[in-house]
Amino acid sequence: MTVRRFLLLAAALVILFVGTNQGFAIIRFPHPEFESGYVLPKTFTPPARAQVLEYIDVAVLVICLALASYFVIKKRARIGVFSLMIFSLLYFGFWRKGCVCPVGATQNIALVLFDPLYRIPFVVVAFFTIPLLFSLFFGRTFCAAVCPLGAMQDIFLLKPVKIPGWLSQALGMIPFAYLGFIILGVATGSGFFVCRFDPFVSFFRRSASLNRLLYSTAFLLSGVFIGRPYCRFLCPYSVLLRWMSRFSKWHVTITPDECVQCSLCKESCPFGLIQAPYADTSILPLKRETRRMLLLFILIPVLIAGGGFVGSRLNVPLSRINRTVLLAEQVARENTSKVFDTTLESETFRQSGKPERELFSEALALQAGFKRGGFILGCFLGLVLSLRLIELTIRKRRDRYEVDRAGCFSCGRCFASCPREQLLRKDKKGRVIVHEP
Amino acid sequence: MSDEKRGAKLTRRELFRKTTRLVTAAVLGSCAGFAVFKSRTEATVWQIDPNICVQCGNCAKNCVLEPSAVKCVHAYAICGYCDLCSGYLRQNAQALDTAAHNRLCPTGAITRTFVEDPYFEYTIDETLCIACGKCVKACTAFGNGSLFLQVRHDRCLNCNECSIAQKCPSGAFRRVSAKTPYILKDEIVNRG
Repeated sequence: MTVRRFLLLAAALVILFVGTNQGFAIIRFPHPEFESGYVLPKTFTPPARAQVLEYIDVAVLVICLALASYFVIKKRARIGVFSLMIFSLLYFGFWRKGCVCPVGATQNIALVLFDPLYRIPFVVVAFFTIPLLFSLFFGRTFCAAVCPLGAMQDIFLLKPVKIPGWLSQALGMIPFAYLGFIILGVATGSGFFVCRFDPFVSFFRRSASLNRLLYSTAFLLSGVFIGRPYCRFLCPYSVLLRWMSRFSKWHVTITPDECVQCSLCKESCPFGLIQAPYADTSILPLKRETRRMLLLFILIPVLIAGGGFVGSRLNVPLSRINRTVLLAEQVARENTSKVFDTTLESETFRQSGKPERELFSEALALQAGFKRGGFILGCFLGLVLSLRLIELTIRKRRDRYEVDRAGCFSCGRCFASCPREQLLRKDKKGRVIVHEP
Repeated sequence: MSDEKRGAKLTRRELFRKTTRLVTAAVLGSCAGFAVFKSRTEATVWQIDPNICVQCGNCAKNCVLEPSAVKCVHAYAICGYCDLCSGYLRQNAQALDTAAHNRLCPTGAITRTFVEDPYFEYTIDETLCIACGKCVKACTAFGNGSLFLQVRHDRCLNCNECSIAQKCPSGAFRRVSAKTPYILKDEIVNRG
């Protein structure tokens, strides 16, 4: 007994003097030879989730997307969309706890392009690609009824308020900046920011820190009044979905057959995505429009170059999203006695025995990477902004009320507002209706 | 028919849309194809390498789950079954007993069972363990290091990016094959 205690003390002293913090198990006390027939318990190791379940997730995704497209395009049934939405919220949200999701999978795809050593799981590729493919054919039916984040906001949209067009347009630029930012984060190995700023994952997991819970609650509460705030003003995947939906083969239509231009549908869209007919081009003198267009064309290179310049200049603050850069800055501050408190990270770094020069050169290389990345990001944003300005200037001739194909979530709220739809529905029930043409 | 009625302007728009759709499909297809080419079918999960872990206590604070999906695990094969267990007792413990003020674990998750003189078995109640790593740190520093932290796959959600891994100062988190989802210390020691 006393011998063991002495040994323990001696071992403790040795460790203190050597000062190692290595995790390697050092057998200081030999394993006892039991005489009482004691059987060594086995370490309990619960297995990981079976792989076949992941393929089932993909199958459920495909089935849900097919059903959503059927409800939106063929059946024109908001009730079907709504029911599927609840199922998706329960399955992909509360059961699968929000992971894997196509929004986050965007980062894995970006990582494949930037990191040659990264091996992406096949299921993640499927989750990224399948909703985009469906959008290319049927519009954003994924947003309508399959995305658990969208479902959460759509269900809780109880008192929609109108957002002025200019504000909605301006906030609508954020997803582009966010997408660019997360790709920069992935390309520089700084982390997956979509997952960190996921709006509802803390509800799905029913477990979160206070800050995350407040963040989620803020989204949910604002979503009661503002239609789908995350989808419209943050979701980076929406950038890709917008593009697919804009050129989709089929897309949801407000009226089942013809538009009587009654403008009733305009009020039904809580996202303000229904565009009024526009025929008369003589409202603005052609000369003024052309001049504006010309000005925009001159502005494109200016905006791109300006964006690139600002982006590359922001490399130092931007690079602070990277842990290695932060660590190098901390170590440098400690070395020059600018700070006296060490951090857990800097202590661990000093214990690891890695040369400081190596860390500093890594950080400098990262900052150079952020300079290039910031330049590209700035150029991209300049281009997106100028394209959006051009889009706003061009006035397309429209002979009916139409949805904004890129933005429309295919939620099906507008169906019921259309008098033509009402007629059709009543016909189905077999009632005789006198229809004035 | 309807295109003819609406005139040439719409047809041009329709043609533009069709071409762009084809190009987009091609780009998306090649992107997905490249990703599939670089993909693996084998699933992976997050795990802590106990050889790199510095027992900083971040596992308790940074998991998306509360309490953490990381738990302390005991490798019985390398445990010394000490009476004076540095993982079980505080450094300034008054007595070698199970009194709360003598125990190191803040939640009392370690159970001490008498085996035979002078040996005691230590088991971890995972429902109580919060992965603070206090016992692991002490056991690694003064004992055999048979206590170590592991991601428990009955709890872990296998996030795309593990939020503990983001805060791990030593970089001990890595993805391992889902078929061999644990890095057990007794196996490492037995292998040499």
